[in-house]
Amino acid sequence: MFPTCRMVILGAALAALTLPPAARAQTLRVGASAPVTSIDPHYHTYSPNVSLDAHIYEPLVDMDAASRPIPRLALSWKLVDNTVWEFHLRPGVKFHNGEDFTAADVAYTIDRIPRVKNSPGSYAIYTKAISSVEVVDPHTIRLHTKQVYPLLPIDLTQVYIIPHTLGADPATEDFNSGKDAIGTGPFRFVSYKSGDRIEMDRNDNYWGPKPDWQHVSYRMIPNDAARTAALLSGDVDFIEAVPTTDVARLSHDKKLHLAETVSLRIIFLWLDHRGMTPHVTGPNGEKLDHNPLTDLRVRQALSMAINRNAIVDRIMQGAAIPSGQFLPKGSFSYVPGLNPPAYDPAKARQLLAAAGYPKGFRIELDGPNDRYVNDGKIIQAVGQMWSRIGVQTAVNAITWPSFIGQANKGAFSAFLLGWGTSSGEASNPLRSLIATRTPAKGWGAVNRGFYSNPKVDELLTTALATADDAAREKLLQQATTLAMDDVAFIPLHNQKNIWAMRAGLTYAARADETSRAQEVHPAK
Amino acid sequence: MTAWLLRRLVQAAFVVLAMTVILFIGLHVIGNPIDILISPEADQADRARAIAALGLDQPLWRQYALFLWGMLHGDLGRSFVFHEPALQLIGERLPATLELAVSAVLLAIVIGIPLGLYAGLYPNSLLGRSAMAGSILGFSLPTFWVGLMLIMLFAVRLGWLPSTGRGQTALLFGIRWSFLTRDGLAHLAMPAFNLALGNIALVLRLVRSGVRETLPLDYVRFARAKGLRPARVVGVHVMKNIMIPVVTVLGLEFGGTIAFSVVTESIFAWPGMGKLIIDSINVLDRPVIVAYLMIIVLMFVAINLVVDLLYTFLDPRVRLEDRG
Repeated sequence: MFPTCRMVILGAALAALTLPPAARAQTLRVGASAPVTSIDPHYHTYSPNVSLDAHIYEPLVDMDAASRPIPRLALSWKLVDNTVWEFHLRPGVKFHNGEDFTAADVAYTIDRIPRVKNSPGSYAIYTKAISSVEVVDPHTIRLHTKQVYPLLPIDLTQVYIIPHTLGADPATEDFNSGKDAIGTGPFRFVSYKSGDRIEMDRNDNYWGPKPDWQHVSYRMIPNDAARTAALLSGDVDFIEAVPTTDVARLSHDKKLHLAETVSLRIIFLWLDHRGMTPHVTGPNGEKLDHNPLTDLRVRQALSMAINRNAIVDRIMQGAAIPSGQFLPKGSFSYVPGLNPPAYDPAKARQLLAAAGYPKGFRIELDGPNDRYVNDGKIIQAVGQMWSRIGVQTAVNAITWPSFIGQANKGAFSAFLLGWGTSSGEASNPLRSLIATRTPAKGWGAVNRGFYSNPKVDELLTTALATADDAAREKLLQQATTLAMDDVAFIPLHNQKNIWAMRAGLTYAARADETSRAQEVHPAK
Repeated sequence: MTAWLLRRLVQAAFVVLAMTVILFIGLHVIGNPIDILISPEADQADRARAIAALGLDQPLWRQYALFLWGMLHGDLGRSFVFHEPALQLIGERLPATLELAVSAVLLAIVIGIPLGLYAGLYPNSLLGRSAMAGSILGFSLPTFWVGLMLIMLFAVRLGWLPSTGRGQTALLFGIRWSFLTRDGLAHLAMPAFNLALGNIALVLRLVRSGVRETLPLDYVRFARAKGLRPARVVGVHVMKNIMIPVVTVLGLEFGGTIAFSVVTESIFAWPGMGKLIIDSINVLDRPVIVAYLMIIVLMFVAINLVVDLLYTFLDPRVRLEDRG
């Protein structure tokens, strides 16, 4: 009995070490799934950084939970001329250091972004459309663009405003140390321990609704099992990216509450559209003098051979929805009725035969095994499904750093990738993924399937020059339909974003995957 | 002694140089960090700019020459990801790993040696037998599984210990340590034990077999016949003779524990070097990888040096000059 007794005392002593209940009620402890790499909001375009930045800093235009633009530091915006956007700024906003927020800060931020040193992923991609900045009065600013650029407000959702009093070119280190980590957001920065946690306190002078939390402890727990365990043991109150294998179990736990929404991230298969492709051979392994994937019927057959519902049910455990286009329902430029083809292996075989491949062919299907949710398992399943219609598939799942380098070099014939449409509308994937590779225009930068369709390019050109939202939406829908009917790539599913929290909390799940403590509330 | 020391240092320098060359070529073959780091929305021009900003547009030999030049000036480069000097990044994480590794090795000594002694002296006793049986588990169970089981038991079921992370820290010698606070100790307990498990089993078995081998030897019998107290026979004469393999293994294990605590650090979200290095490898953050491995190589050299010096202390027959 003695050892047990001692253990109980030890346990009680350890329990007493944790925070008293009163302090705990005011604190929200977040378990984030990826390490934040910088507190500088303009250093690295990386979603874990953006997720954290949204606590401390604010953009002019923000995204709501469904990724539609809403006013934040700007009250309103409009096109005053074809190439001039005018933003009316919110009055009475103060930075954490007590200074007033004005148009000078916006001009300063836009000026700083392209000059941040050694940025591995510059935020200049969101400001490069701006050719000049005109401060009209302290609360009105005009942004001039070279061409008509209807996407400017959406680009600005990624641009977090910092005060101009930080002086010429503040260093990234000074943000990490907290010296320059000054924004207008609902929380103020307290401390940053690299690879461990970020501590924040409520900004009691916040212009908007005050957050429910006096203090936020934002912890980075990349290991899935450990993150779930931290929630179960009560070490954190709120975790993001709940692993699909734990969803069923957690949803039955009465002490927990789950929030989920369909993500803007689509998982799809690229097919190589070049004349010759590296990893396709005849049914007996003989060399082919052409690329079967350039035949639309072959691409349709490969898409039709995939049982998307089975992948979603069995592999994703319901944490995804089958998808036939870039964006989920409810998004700007979603095409109603454009669904993925029904699973039909018999028809797929017919299409293959009609295209001249009655005995199929051999193909290698590549993909990462550590990047997207269940990525390795998904390509294994697809490999089996393709083999069933006579396309003998060798599946090759490798680690992301090695995979993405080869994918960029065009070393694959068929491969899995994902795309998170941060803008919430279709011009973004159309321009980067589908448009013909045109370095001069910056189009098709990640068109790793080498797809090219002049009609899609033309519609996209028109859409990007159309300021009227309704007309632009229609053009984008047409371009999307064209590309999908042509099976530019094979869409599989949209992931779901899932958060878990202790019972008594609520969260309006966000389509953009970010976790924001100010949007976590005690249930009423 | 001095010549010996000098030779060792020159050897170490060559090992470090060879390692950096292999790393530069190896990482270059694997891929380009910009492929991983840059926003997918960036276009071709943005990509070219980012590559140039990190100096990755230069030919590899030039990048290496620049690195050597920097190294001669005490600068190992800045992390591509954090934009902080690589050494400073590692330095921030070093204390966390160090206290974890030291606690693990201490646990291995404090638990492993007495248990091994007992199992060697009383091989047929219940405790001796169960210690041996338990040590097989300590060896064969994978660390990540044991770690998760510990979390499930002590954090989730019983709620005695915090599940993950590093606790409160306190300042000592200008460095923040967590073993100085009670909250820190509570956070340290599980990862340290998890990391120590394999070492405890190893030390236990080494000590036990050493004792079993030494006990029948003539000098032990003679010491007993001379009428020395059993405690002195075991504590001085036996122990001193079995410590050489134990010290060797502990030295190497200490190095290994520091260098490869990756699994334990990942599971317990411990902000140490192991987690930093695995994150850096995932994004091909070359400056950090190179600096880290240089430190590890130097550390192994230093540990071997200390082990060799300990030999001469434990066994006067060993002469440093005779050794390579």
